[in-house]
Amino acid sequence: MTEPVIVTRSLFKRFGPVRAVTDLDLVVPAGERFGFLGPNGSGKTTTVRMLLGLVFATSGEIEVMGERVPRHSRAALRQVGALVESPAAYGHLSARANLALLDAAGPGGRRRGRRARIGEALLTVGLDTVGRRPVRTYSLGMRARLGLAAAIVRKPRLLVLDEPTNGLDPMGIREVRELLIRLNDAGTTVFMSSHLLAEVEATCTRVGVVDRGRLVLEGALDDLRGPTGRVLLHTPDAGRVASLLDGQVVEREGDRVVLRGISVADLTARLVAGGVRVSEVGPERRTLEEVVLSVTGAGADRHSATLVEEILRDPEERPR
Amino acid sequence: MIRVELVQLVRRPRTWVSIALLCALPVIVAVLLSTTEIGPRPGEGPALLSAVLSNGALFPAASLGMVLPLFLPVAVSVVAGDSVAGEAATGTLRYLLARPVGRTRLLVAKLTSTLAFVVMAVVAVGLTGYVLGRTLFPSGSGGSVAVPVSSLSGSTLSPREVALRTMLALAYIVWSMLGVAAVALFLSTFTESGLAAALGSLSLLVLSEVLVGLDAASALKPYLVTRYWLSWVDLFRDPILWHDVRHGVLLQGGYVVVLLGAAWANFMTRDITA
Repeated sequence: MTEPVIVTRSLFKRFGPVRAVTDLDLVVPAGERFGFLGPNGSGKTTTVRMLLGLVFATSGEIEVMGERVPRHSRAALRQVGALVESPAAYGHLSARANLALLDAAGPGGRRRGRRARIGEALLTVGLDTVGRRPVRTYSLGMRARLGLAAAIVRKPRLLVLDEPTNGLDPMGIREVRELLIRLNDAGTTVFMSSHLLAEVEATCTRVGVVDRGRLVLEGALDDLRGPTGRVLLHTPDAGRVASLLDGQVVEREGDRVVLRGISVADLTARLVAGGVRVSEVGPERRTLEEVVLSVTGAGADRHSATLVEEILRDPEERPR
Repeated sequence: MIRVELVQLVRRPRTWVSIALLCALPVIVAVLLSTTEIGPRPGEGPALLSAVLSNGALFPAASLGMVLPLFLPVAVSVVAGDSVAGEAATGTLRYLLARPVGRTRLLVAKLTSTLAFVVMAVVAVGLTGYVLGRTLFPSGSGGSVAVPVSSLSGSTLSPREVALRTMLALAYIVWSMLGVAAVALFLSTFTESGLAAALGSLSLLVLSEVLVGLDAASALKPYLVTRYWLSWVDLFRDPILWHDVRHGVLLQGGYVVVLLGAAWANFMTRDITA
């Protein structure tokens, strides 16, 4: 039905003795918000650069929007908006002038409609009121917004974003997430790399996890986080639940109780009958963190520990 | 893309500052010469300068003679060296290529804007020289004290001839500077530091200058990039000595073709990791 927007087949990339990407087979279906997850140095950025024809693969094939990259980069990339690693702009020019130069530089950059395109992109990212200030006076967050504006100014069908929320504050991160979801609803496929599990979990519909240049896990977020068959209950009367439903309680910690072998509906009825106050109840779902842990923990790969540590690590202490 | 590059060139303050600085040198020299009227003795100092005191018509050429050995190559090296490396350093190179701008197209645009800078710089210096020559020195038309311009061979040159030869000299100097630009552009495709590319190209020029002055290197001399730079002076002899000028044009052409080819080959196959 929908053709994949990104396909890689047995993609390898070496930088001298270093294997950056190893045997990567990736398929990103159209219409998804694809989270490309992995620790720093796992090959995310190299993969993104190969998709954009900046870095040439040692072997393997890449198709973007149905066109071979790098051979037909021009046809492929004119449908793609990109944010690679960090935003970059000419410091002595304003946001508007920067976008105008980028717009004029490539295919389809006609003067007609340029002002409107740029105005709309700046409005979308919340930079419409900065005026003529040169970009060198911008804060990190404003630069990140400008980078996003540059990616969306051509209204691409595919957005390839490398760490799009780097440098943004929590408010900005949320705005970006909402923006990506909005663009995605309007038909743009989003491919974003990140080393932050929580961010991918909150934004994406599909996830691929890479470690040491290999894809170790891939699937729809809902499938990965499928219900575990257990019920998660929050109640101030946890002690009474244990006595009421003895044998079905798997875990109890504070006001949090995990039960098995009972449906949410039956449980609620029993609790109400038993006079137990309920603050929250529902089927238990695995978090992405648990999924990633289970996948990487199952293998004998010694490096999987570093993967999980790296992904879980606080973004602030991440080495540049 | 080419238009974008030209707009960038014109908008960048650096362009105008460097051209202003290039023009400042002939201004200083002209003021000193015209107030003191102490010219260099014939055969010493910058080319043609001694002739200027008697007639300002040669001052455009003399101005170029002043900036040619050092200041012009420095300016051209900086602009050309920064062209690709500077984009890599700011990170804008990856966004241009992903826009997508083809790599060949990008290189051609960079080359064009460098060429435009060279022409602008040379013409600006020439014009400055012309204005100074008309105002501060005896001129053929207005001034009464002007002595007819004599060629370096001693015969008299008509104003028309002087103008024509000055234009030829401008063109020759632009062409010579393209050789420098090619060196710097070539290095610029290898590094993320525009400074490194500019200094690299200047080192090559210094090396070339040292070898030109070294008798032991005489076998290499005809191939050194700076060997024929000053040959445009021959355009002011009577009759014009074409030999060195022709060699200079061919040699610079060779440098331009080979280095641009190498720059292209490198840039086309390079991983852009900046």
